[in-house]
Amino acid sequence: MMDRKEYLTALAARLTDEIVVATYSSASDWLDITDRPLNYFSIGAMGLASSHGLGLALARPERRVIIIDGDGSLLMNLGTLVTIGAVAPVNFTHLVSHNGSYEANGGQPIPNKSVDFAAIARGAGYKACHTISKIADFESKLDDLLHADGPLFADLMIEQGAIKTHDYPGMYSADRRALLRKTLDADN
Amino acid sequence: MATASESPANDRAGSLNGSTVISAIKAAGVSHVLAVPDLHTCDGLLTPIAVDPDLTLIRTCKEDECLGIAAGLSYGNKRAVILIQYTGMLYAMNAIRAVAVSYKQPIVLMVGLLGKEEGLAPQKSKRLGIRVIEPMLDLMGIPHHLIETDADTPMIAPAINQTYEQSFPVGLLIGRSPSRS
Repeated sequence: MMDRKEYLTALAARLTDEIVVATYSSASDWLDITDRPLNYFSIGAMGLASSHGLGLALARPERRVIIIDGDGSLLMNLGTLVTIGAVAPVNFTHLVSHNGSYEANGGQPIPNKSVDFAAIARGAGYKACHTISKIADFESKLDDLLHADGPLFADLMIEQGAIKTHDYPGMYSADRRALLRKTLDADN
Repeated sequence: MATASESPANDRAGSLNGSTVISAIKAAGVSHVLAVPDLHTCDGLLTPIAVDPDLTLIRTCKEDECLGIAAGLSYGNKRAVILIQYTGMLYAMNAIRAVAVSYKQPIVLMVGLLGKEEGLAPQKSKRLGIRVIEPMLDLMGIPHHLIETDADTPMIAPAINQTYEQSFPVGLLIGRSPSRS
């Protein structure tokens, strides 16, 4: 299994102008690695990261939208895979940090740690789906995950991170949202 | 909170034409409709919207998805209407709280009041779910309007425009099942 920050660091090194939607513990680690104007953090209504991402992908078809989801979050909105599979945005990459726990809620286990998210996403209509547990495998697939026509899915098997407090209000501040909007509006 | 639900029952007689509602939505610059089917509005709104070349319909599995999608769309300056039944609005209350109210996103909730008794204000309905809709919106500080006849439809476009200008949600409660023209 990978360390979450390991794969996020590899991802960050390859980004240019993609919009990244991250949630809860993944969002906290992502912000530690890269604080960029094109980050969008989804908290407060657990499970909606991919829904926010779908809206962004439809609104900004010229940009790749990358979702950094959590397994617990995804379970709270599993139907999103069917919705996204049906809409089929080509600029959509959905990554899931799969550590088998609701890390943000005290590290309690999810109902079934072995759930095969890639199989569910494949059945829902995602164009390509992967289950990845080694960093070398993730790095070898990054080109496709960032550039191939989507929607693309990767279930990333990671170790549980440390249980810690997060600055959620800071992550999802009005200033950050305003900066994202301003950055995107500059495209027009 | 503006609402016509205090009007006497006999003031609420009339009809509601689905195409008038759809025209009002489009007049407000809406490009996307995010929907979970509602028997109350399927015939008069959802079915014609599905084939309207000016609108993109996104069918979701659950109502809370619509909140996230609408928020995301707004970052590309795309306007959306969420078309759901009141039961779905009740289901999605946490997403409404977090995305629409706490994070002040422009969210238009077009909510079908399936089973509301004709001529009766929603808060007088025998159905618990319908009775609590307006009070719950009031508790959240979300302005709302009851759309029951064609005479109510002129409030739709200004309400949507205000939502996007102020980046704050609004509820448009469809009290009568719209007819399909």
